[in-house]
Amino acid sequence: MTNEKGRFGIHGGQYIPETLMNAVIELEKAYDHYKDDPEFNAELTALLNDYAGRPSRLYYAEKMTRDLGGAKIYLKREDLNHTGAHKINNVLGQALLAKKMGKTRLIAETGAGQHGVATATAAALMGMECVVFMGEEDTIRQALNVYRMRLLGAEVIPVKTGTATLKDAVSEAMREWTSRIEDTHYCLGSVMGPHPFPIIVRDFQAVISRETRAQILEKEGRLPDAVLACVGGGSNAIGSFYHFIPDEGVRLIGCEAAGRGVDTFETAATIATGRLGIFHGMKSYFCQDEYGQIAPVYSISAGLDYPGIGPEHAHLHDIGRAEYVPVTDEEAVNAFEYLARTEGIIPAIESAHAVAHAMKIAPQMREDQIIIITISGRGDKDCAAIARYRGEDIHE
Amino acid sequence: MSKIAEAFANGKAFIPFITVGDPDAQTTAACVREMVAAGADLIELGIPFSDPTAEGPVIQGANLRALKGGMTTDKVFDLVRDLRKDVTIPMVFMTYANVVFSYGAERFIRTCSEVGIDGLILPDLPFEEKEEFLPACHTYGVDLISLIAPTSENRIAMIAREAEGFIYIVSSLGVTGVRSEIKTDLASIVQVVRENASVPCAIGFGISEPAQARKMADISDGAIVGSAIIRLLERYGKEAPAQVGAYVRSMKDALR
Repeated sequence: MTNEKGRFGIHGGQYIPETLMNAVIELEKAYDHYKDDPEFNAELTALLNDYAGRPSRLYYAEKMTRDLGGAKIYLKREDLNHTGAHKINNVLGQALLAKKMGKTRLIAETGAGQHGVATATAAALMGMECVVFMGEEDTIRQALNVYRMRLLGAEVIPVKTGTATLKDAVSEAMREWTSRIEDTHYCLGSVMGPHPFPIIVRDFQAVISRETRAQILEKEGRLPDAVLACVGGGSNAIGSFYHFIPDEGVRLIGCEAAGRGVDTFETAATIATGRLGIFHGMKSYFCQDEYGQIAPVYSISAGLDYPGIGPEHAHLHDIGRAEYVPVTDEEAVNAFEYLARTEGIIPAIESAHAVAHAMKIAPQMREDQIIIITISGRGDKDCAAIARYRGEDIHE
Repeated sequence: MSKIAEAFANGKAFIPFITVGDPDAQTTAACVREMVAAGADLIELGIPFSDPTAEGPVIQGANLRALKGGMTTDKVFDLVRDLRKDVTIPMVFMTYANVVFSYGAERFIRTCSEVGIDGLILPDLPFEEKEEFLPACHTYGVDLISLIAPTSENRIAMIAREAEGFIYIVSSLGVTGVRSEIKTDLASIVQVVRENASVPCAIGFGISEPAQARKMADISDGAIVGSAIIRLLERYGKEAPAQVGAYVRSMKDALR
């Protein structure tokens, strides 16, 4: 799906400082070599299976299905992975690759903290140094994850610039990478940034749809009618979609964080409110003003609170292969509580955006139709924030 | 020949940078005129961007102050129009790809040409992506300035061969900002540049003292200074122009 310079249609590319060019070229060469290397893949598979707990389960949500009274609902349980989210899939791949490249230090950005925790985990496992950049605002929203990262031996640097959220953490990680390239790999957490990151992260996350496709065929003997996942940068979504892209009959639905609504300024729904631009190394859609100033986006979910979307999603949107829908804070919080009560599963508030949209469409579908929702992470980290949203102050 | 060549015609060039609109347009205009009077050879005008990923904290601060003060791309063009009533030395823009792209590349570069901007420095537009803006730059005679970094190594010759206007050599790894020491082997980089380029080269990032500027200009064709000037604006605000003028004079004197 990519051509020269890592383009997805008109999106993608490598819009980065010259200082980083040789680093991304070196990364691309290393990845091209190792991605087909049987030894590398055997090592990675062993890590994914024995350490991260793959394959993750595809669970039939029978109560939810009955309650909503429409399509049959399956949940792809990425929340059951070690560290509690899909982020570990990508991180184990990149950390292993970095190690093969002779790097001894991993840096990462994080929003909700799940990617930071996963990176800190892989660094601990592989004996690498780890520094995580996290918006100061997010270190408050996700204090538990900050503690987890430190417990795992990582240094967490609160980023105070800009809106002090995910986009600023990405900017700061990029700045750090330009100042220290020799021993450092930037373990980017989503399908964004300059080529080859959107491809590397997508390939490592594609394990999700590779498993889901086989699992649903085994359980139902047919493909699903729709696959739903939440989208910030879009790593769990692209992972959930990837092996279904050639299956034209499968609707691919990305659920964006609309915050307080797409008609307000407090939103992070890029496809709904953004336009084409160039930022963080890529051409894609971004929330921005008429002069190209990046918008200070907002979502209750720190992991989706990002003003852009990965270039492959932008392309899937352009060609109409995937649909992107906005889901508000209120809808996501309702879904968070609904899934907890109905199935005994507390999803990450990010994943709850996908659950919320499923709650809208499932009742309109027939009982012989199937939808799969990727539960990208577990919601323990969000309990305090959701309690606050509901007006209850709990101390962790 | 590019107008930028004039900046290098009087010995070593001193190239000051200023973020437009920090703290307001009047102060920027006054600073530019002071810099010209103090002997600056080329002015680098920064169009503020919300997320300047190649900048250190000092210039990040200037970008935010300028945006908070209501600076926009259109107002920057207005300011240049006003400056061009009396400023004749070459001037270039330093900004980020999205500022150009969102304005419409063709419209932005055409306007540059109309108001009298001679070149464009975009730190997030490497050699591989320059086709994004190069055709319009050629149409309207605006030089797209290439950057070369300490990590460019095997890429130096390739970049230098196609360079226009002048080559911006980044002295150090990392982002913009004042540094006490510059460790990169710049002489070897400049040598490869000279073997391949038909345009002059100047060194920037980390330079603040006259002695440093002298050292950088000795091995290249000029010195670029940003953060040290922005610090004066940070400290003196609207009173900064006289300070900036005195500073530029001390730096240019060191290069004579």
